[in-house]
Amino acid sequence: MIRSEILKEIAPILRDQLVVCNIGIPSQELHAIDDQPTNFYMLGTMGLASSIGLGVALAQDKKVISIDGDGSVLTNLGTLPTIANNVANNFILLIVDNGSYGSTGDQPTYAGMKTDLAKVAAACGCENVVECQAEDTGKVLQAAIDSNKMTIIVCKCESGNAKNPVITMDPVIIRDRFMKSVQA
Amino acid sequence: MSIDKRIVDDFVANGVEFVTTVPCKQLAGVIEELDQRDDVFHIPSNKEDEGMGLCAGAFMGGKRPAIIMQNTAIGVTINTLATLIQYYRMPLPMLISYRGELREPVACQVEMAVHTKALLAQMNIPTYHFHWQKDVEELDNILKYTFMCNKPVAILTDANFWGGYGDQ
Repeated sequence: MIRSEILKEIAPILRDQLVVCNIGIPSQELHAIDDQPTNFYMLGTMGLASSIGLGVALAQDKKVISIDGDGSVLTNLGTLPTIANNVANNFILLIVDNGSYGSTGDQPTYAGMKTDLAKVAAACGCENVVECQAEDTGKVLQAAIDSNKMTIIVCKCESGNAKNPVITMDPVIIRDRFMKSVQA
Repeated sequence: MSIDKRIVDDFVANGVEFVTTVPCKQLAGVIEELDQRDDVFHIPSNKEDEGMGLCAGAFMGGKRPAIIMQNTAIGVTINTLATLIQYYRMPLPMLISYRGELREPVACQVEMAVHTKALLAQMNIPTYHFHWQKDVEELDNILKYTFMCNKPVAILTDANFWGGYGDQ
């Protein structure tokens, strides 16, 4: 399974949640599959999906799911100790780990080589780290939501991208409708 | 009243409840004050762009954020300022220790100091420079201005403002 197939499968679960989605093709895929005002699409700033999601989670009580990638987590590796040491039980970090920088041409990441992001997260102090295969993502994500515990999911999948148009929505509109969903 | 308490009081009076920091010797007192207060949530960051991500999230979650960092961080955060904070039009007061200015003992700090205001100007970021302790009187208005216009705003605080470096 590739990322877009996972997103299609978990779209019904994501639909009712606040979602912060990683820059580039992941956001384009989620936008094409099931655009929701509860989705915050990152149009720039690689690496900060987990930080933005944690900030939203710490500021209010609704559940927040950050959809990140292995390459983006490697870009902002300092995020994992911050997450571990500032537990927000309404926060789930879903790392779609396809071992490649998908948006830039599928160049391999170190997560697809020797580096094990689940072990890195655990070593950083994250308490609920679940590694799963792509096919089990829906089940694992729903269990994380139901657990009411901050959870880091590392979902191992194949690299590859669906072809979708870029997001042309104005960033202030993305932000505004997301904030209205937070307040609703 | 200490300058550290005065600064944190102004933040709190302006509804700032979520503050992230990357430390600087000059900022140690403010960070200590933040840690002692229960009317503001302090979350240390490992890097300033990460901190801006946290602030962006907190803002969207309904809390007024602020970041406290060194001016060297301007070199780290240009992309984040442009494509996150400015692009999505979010307010972000940045209390910045302005290393490499008058009374600086570390020569290397001057290398980023000479670029700091030029970079902020290039980014069209409103910038204020506190050189004397009385300059802090403007902080309240700067914070109101920041949350009025939904922009990142820089408050540069140099060694003279903090009273020099003591025994360094």
